[in-house]
Amino acid sequence: MAEKQYMTVDGIPVEIEGEKNILEVLRKAGIQLPTFCYHSDLSIYGACRMCMVENEWGGLDAACSTPPKPGMKITTNNARLRRYRKNILELILANHCRDCTACENNQNCKLQDLAMKFNITDVRFPNTAVSNKNEDLSSLCISRDAGKCILCGDCVRMCNEIQNVGAIDFAFRGSKMKISTAFNMPIAQSPCVGCGQCAAVCPTGAIVVKNNIDPVWKAIEEPGVKTTVQIAPAVRVAIGKEFGIKNGENTMGKIVAALRRIGFDEVYDTSLGADLTVIEESEELLERLEDNEDLPLFTTCCPAWIQYCEKKHPEMLKNLSTSRSPMQMFASIIKDQATKSSRKSFHVAVMPCTAKKFEAARDEFKTDGMPNVDAVITTQELIRMIKESGIVFADLEPESIDMPFGTVSGAGIIFGVTGGVTEAVLRRVASNKNRSTLLSIATSGTRGMDGIKEFDVPYGDKTLHIGVVSGLGNAETIIGEVKAGKHFDLIEFMACPGGCVNGGGQPFIHREDLDARVDGLYKADRMHSIRRSEENPLIDHLYSDIIKGNVHRLLHVDYLKKGE
Amino acid sequence: MLKTREELDAFRAQAAAAYKRQTQKIIICGGTGCVAGGSLKVFDRLKELIEAEGIAVELDIQKEPHENAIGLKQSGCHGFCEMGPLLRIDPQGWLYTKVKVEDCEEIVEKTIKNGEFIDRLGYSKDGTVHKKQSDIPFYHKQTRIVLEHCGRIDANSINEYIAIGGFTAFEKALFDMTGDEIVDQISKSKLRGRGGGGFPAGRKWTQVRAQKATPKYIVCNGDEGDPGAFMDRSVMEGDPNRMIEGMMIAGVACGATEGYIYVRAEYPLAVQRLRNAIAQGEALGLLGDNILGSGFSFHLHINRGAGAFVCGEGSALTSSIEGKRGFPRVKPPRTVEQGLFGKPTVLNNVETFANVSSIINNGADWYLGYGTEKSPGTKAFALTGNINNTGLIEVPMGTTLREIIFDIGGGMRDGADFKAVQIGGPSGACLTKEHLDLPLDFDTLKTVGAMIGSGGLVVMDSNTCMVEVARFFMNFTQNESCGKCVPCREGTKRMLEILERIVAGKGEDGDIELLEELADTISNTALCGLGKSAPNPVISTIKNFRDEYEAHIYDKRCPAGACQKLKRIYIDPELCKGCSKCARQCPVNAISGKIKEPFSIDLSVCIRCGSCIEACAFHAVKEGK
Amino acid sequence: MNDAFDFTIVDSILDSHDCQKQAIIAILQEIQEHYHYLPREVFPYLSRKLGISEARIYSVATFYENFSLEPKGKYVLKVCDGTACHVRRSIPILQRLRSDLGLSETKKTTDDLMFTVETVSCLGACGLAPVLTINDVVHPAMVPDKASALLKEIKAKEMKEAEKNA
Ligand SMILES: Cc1cc2nc3c(=O)[nH]c(=O)nc-3n(C[C@H](O)[C@H](O)[C@H](O)COP(=O)(O)O)c2cc1C
Ligand code: SF4
Ligand code: SF4
Ligand code: SF4
Ligand code: SF4
Ligand code: SF4
Ligand code: SF4
Ligand code: SF4
Ligand code: SF4
Ligand code: FES
Ligand code: FES
Ligand code: FES
Ligand code: FES
Repeated sequence: MAEKQYMTVDGIPVEIEGEKNILEVLRKAGIQLPTFCYHSDLSIYGACRMCMVENEWGGLDAACSTPPKPGMKITTNNARLRRYRKNILELILANHCRDCTACENNQNCKLQDLAMKFNITDVRFPNTAVSNKNEDLSSLCISRDAGKCILCGDCVRMCNEIQNVGAIDFAFRGSKMKISTAFNMPIAQSPCVGCGQCAAVCPTGAIVVKNNIDPVWKAIEEPGVKTTVQIAPAVRVAIGKEFGIKNGENTMGKIVAALRRIGFDEVYDTSLGADLTVIEESEELLERLEDNEDLPLFTTCCPAWIQYCEKKHPEMLKNLSTSRSPMQMFASIIKDQATKSSRKSFHVAVMPCTAKKFEAARDEFKTDGMPNVDAVITTQELIRMIKESGIVFADLEPESIDMPFGTVSGAGIIFGVTGGVTEAVLRRVASNKNRSTLLSIATSGTRGMDGIKEFDVPYGDKTLHIGVVSGLGNAETIIGEVKAGKHFDLIEFMACPGGCVNGGGQPFIHREDLDARVDGLYKADRMHSIRRSEENPLIDHLYSDIIKGNVHRLLHVDYLKKGE
Repeated sequence: MLKTREELDAFRAQAAAAYKRQTQKIIICGGTGCVAGGSLKVFDRLKELIEAEGIAVELDIQKEPHENAIGLKQSGCHGFCEMGPLLRIDPQGWLYTKVKVEDCEEIVEKTIKNGEFIDRLGYSKDGTVHKKQSDIPFYHKQTRIVLEHCGRIDANSINEYIAIGGFTAFEKALFDMTGDEIVDQISKSKLRGRGGGGFPAGRKWTQVRAQKATPKYIVCNGDEGDPGAFMDRSVMEGDPNRMIEGMMIAGVACGATEGYIYVRAEYPLAVQRLRNAIAQGEALGLLGDNILGSGFSFHLHINRGAGAFVCGEGSALTSSIEGKRGFPRVKPPRTVEQGLFGKPTVLNNVETFANVSSIINNGADWYLGYGTEKSPGTKAFALTGNINNTGLIEVPMGTTLREIIFDIGGGMRDGADFKAVQIGGPSGACLTKEHLDLPLDFDTLKTVGAMIGSGGLVVMDSNTCMVEVARFFMNFTQNESCGKCVPCREGTKRMLEILERIVAGKGEDGDIELLEELADTISNTALCGLGKSAPNPVISTIKNFRDEYEAHIYDKRCPAGACQKLKRIYIDPELCKGCSKCARQCPVNAISGKIKEPFSIDLSVCIRCGSCIEACAFHAVKEGK
Repeated sequence: MNDAFDFTIVDSILDSHDCQKQAIIAILQEIQEHYHYLPREVFPYLSRKLGISEARIYSVATFYENFSLEPKGKYVLKVCDGTACHVRRSIPILQRLRSDLGLSETKKTTDDLMFTVETVSCLGACGLAPVLTINDVVHPAMVPDKASALLKEIKAKEMKEAEKNA
């Protein structure tokens, strides 16, 4: 075994274990340096200069971009470093619209947080931030405010490196530099797919999730309106941390309770929609395999992915499954039911996702010109509504979801993580239904946080070649392979790296903490008595009663038509 | 196409013979400056006249046996642009200055046909006419290695370059030396980068040579963004092959097969000369695949800048060649490991490469004979400002400012007082009277907080306001900041804001300290050299001319009388007739007085608009310090 | 997008660079040399042909000083404000040109698209400071009056041509 290697941090030896930069070594040593432009998934940018440390010769190095070397001696905190950090913060703040009280990210902002930690009480320079009028509110998914941008470039690298969309980039230079679409066009007209990942990494309130709370409150308070709400799988494991509950803990029961207190008439679980998606998508897969046509089948739960496919690879739209996303399947059933009632209905979806806001507004998902989902709010917005209501979330007694849609399967719940859809579909199509099959599916290759997973599963006398992709940059890679002639039978696409657990509408966490959410979902599946969608007793009931004769109208969609 | 070493040697011998057959060489400066003064018209006119006389003229040396002829050539810049258009006559070595089209007939009649010197066109100083270029004081004190050929040879002819010994160093490196021997010579010569940093070129080459990854690249930095410097321009325009040869030798030494030359967009003539040189080199087989049958291949590409000073910084430059924004990147990895396209890259300045062939030809020891121990060789400087002889000069490292300014530069213009010299442009510092005897080399300058930088020397007299100079440079860097990192993007903006306030008479107590604090933060935390050195002009002017800052801030007065907003407008009571016209013109009612008695201006109200000066028919309103 | 835009020129420029991404700066330079600015229509076109996002091309085009997204005047006047020119009083020349043409720091081109006035830092002709270029032709040792006179000359020439064409 190789000898252990050490560097000295503030006089204390710290082991180097293959870390790429000093910052990572320091985190291990219990030191969290201030950073704005470092993200472990993105390329090193090294521009905010907050993470500077002093080397043994008195020179300064940026910890995020300097590799640790054995024998290195650094100081992370002294008067000089504090002065520089403070000056940098002051310089940023001088060019920042500091309306914290009216800011979407108030109390959830790295800049605000550091300004407080560094005790910035006075900014000695005139404020030159661009006025609030520079907001771009054109997107249904995200809002941008140039006056709050600190030009850390995280969003640009996310949108380009990870998502391969390239909707935004730097424009101009020097003090005139800003983040911009081409020709500063409204972002809704850009190639943006609404994944919200830029908002997820933005350390300030410069890119935020579009806020749709107001119409929800309005509907709740309007007399005579029946308000229903569905909760997506990934929400239940992402909300607790904000209320002092362990990260990744399944808090579905508390969420239900909270939503009832907020005033919703009926509370449902999107996992039921997921069960329906499994049934329909499996059917479709088997048909296409039978006909050997339009393979591979592309999953369509993720609206950001669909937009990506529409904008970048319209010729591949025929490969998209025609099954609606779980949210939309559920919503069309709810809306269909509502048309039978005289009471006005308002349906809300709580999603980990910013792109769902766009999906809800698509023409394909409207009944009589009205969207089936009237409002999509993200996990972040739900947290605010709970706080706004004064509910002490942690103390809530769990409640269960409403009938008649009260049962779901574990298969529907794991939709929230990359590979979940595939695993659920495989459970459905597997001929042998015993426990060991479940286990072997789980270990076939569907699980794990890799951006691209590829594996074979036996199916009858055939072998299915399956791809599971998260992150649109990875989607681009695999589409390239498909176009080059590589064979796949099924590919699952999720726009957000890791899937919906890491959705743009979730509270931000570091990548290291993501696993807890994932474990939370798999645990929920394990604990469930029903683990296959088709075993959900509600499914039979739905097909034989509520949606009988309307399967196509309610559960399918033709994206190709729009493409024409 | 030359296919072997022997073919090149034979070609050189032929070219040299042909060069000798040109009995007289008329060399017209075709550098940017002289072209602007009309030198190309002089060239055309001379050609017309000589041909009309029935004398054979050659525009390029011809290798076929040919009768003797007169060679008519266009050179690059001689460095003495102010006296241009220049015309040199060889073999006499005479120099004519300020030559006009109308002078051509006389030149043909007297000089070309009869070998007479025309005094009127010679350079005269204090009544003496200096016939020979080398006798002119401006040139006399210079030592030219890099600029050896600039102004003497046809900048458009690779044949001529070869005739006078061009590519012998390349030939030697290619056939007689191993890569190790080449980098060894360069290391021993202690050649240091002329782009500003003074990094040993030999060490860089050795590191790239040691890299395993391929391909490797040789990149020449011809961005020369420092406003007020034009050494590299002159080399590229005047002796492009010399620089190319240096790059080729680097290619041989490091095993690189591709070379890129990054030239700033404002140098169209340099681009043209380089393109021409590359095309000629390719046609001869000196560039391309399997050069002279050696198995070594080398291809050259030219990239034009698009207007960004920061692209002179190594990693920004390679980004720009890759088609990206010119953002510098964090290091490591260093350029020698992962430079252009992520591959090992030698990045050197134009002048650095231009030194190489002489070192290979004459050996490291010869080179060590020039300059100082730690900074051997020469350095080209662009001498500008309030000085008599502005221009481009080359002197041994270690020459003092006094020699440069007073001997070569001919002293201060209009007999004004020397106040300071700004060295190294926007990243440099100002030196004052006390530094006049300091030897100029990399290390000595560092000890006084200055740097050679690119080599721009701007001489300033007592009418120059040092606060305004600091503002000028800060304005430049602020404009050129790429915007990537916070300290530079936001910090230079704030420093400029404060300096602008000070020169506008709105300085406040504490401004100097705030400038110092910002300077300290920026220079220590900025990502690249641009930001790190941006505060230098401010710091050095505060250090050397703090009293001027204080006069601006506390007395609202510009001691040099240069700051417009701080001009004092006053009425000369001797001249004022008390007509009140000025008072009526004043937009802020700052002027008052009794009719027929001298009026006066309340300076606390006056906004220095100047209306009253124009209004007064008796010239009684005046401006002063 | 403007359907009427003719991409022949752009195509031939792209071809001469083998449609290579890394040549984007050279491609933009050549397009600008032809149109005297970068027409907006070429951006989506280049984006498709080169596989670079439009935002990134815009990002590159706005980084470099020499690219212009707005049409420039027939005559582009650049006053050098490099160090050497600055200390020899280049700013008054700039001010004169601007006031003669009714231009300012923000308004750089005359409405009739005849003149554009810009500054540039150092043309490498410092020995002849201060320097003014008109469509890249260098005019050395400038003073405000000389610059004014040059303007008058151009205007007179243009007048004559307009009359001839009328
Ligand atoms: C802002 C900035 C501008 C620079 N501009 C130039 C330049 O115009 N020409 C140059 O040769 N080097 C320039 N440099 C220095 C280069 O980064 C690099 O050190 C040099 O080209 C290396 O060549 P050398 O070792 O031969 O000097 C600049 C550096 C910085 C930080
Ligand atoms: S972005 Fe942060 S610092 Fe800026 S206004 Fe919002 S909360 Fe305050
Ligand atoms: S911090 Fe509190 S007291 Fe102060 S302004 Fe904000 S809300 Fe008011
Ligand atoms: S939402 Fe997604 S696609 Fe749109 S700009 Fe942000 S990262 Fe890019
Ligand atoms: S929008 Fe946010 S992430 Fe993007 S550069 Fe600005 S502060 Fe950084
Ligand atoms: S992966 Fe999930 S959260 Fe992300 S865009 Fe797609 S559906 Fe939304
Ligand atoms: S120091 Fe200035 S030029 Fe250099 S990277 Fe930072 S902002 Fe860009
Ligand atoms: S300069 Fe202008 S403001 Fe001052 S006194 Fe004269 S007219 Fe009045
Ligand atoms: S215009 Fe001249 S003469 Fe008349 S009052 Fe003014 S200063 Fe005196
Ligand atoms: S985190 Fe290191 S420079 Fe921004
Ligand atoms: S251009 Fe002719 S001497 Fe400089
Ligand atoms: S211009 Fe300010 S000292 Fe004068
Ligand atoms: S400063 Fe104007 S040409 Fe150099």
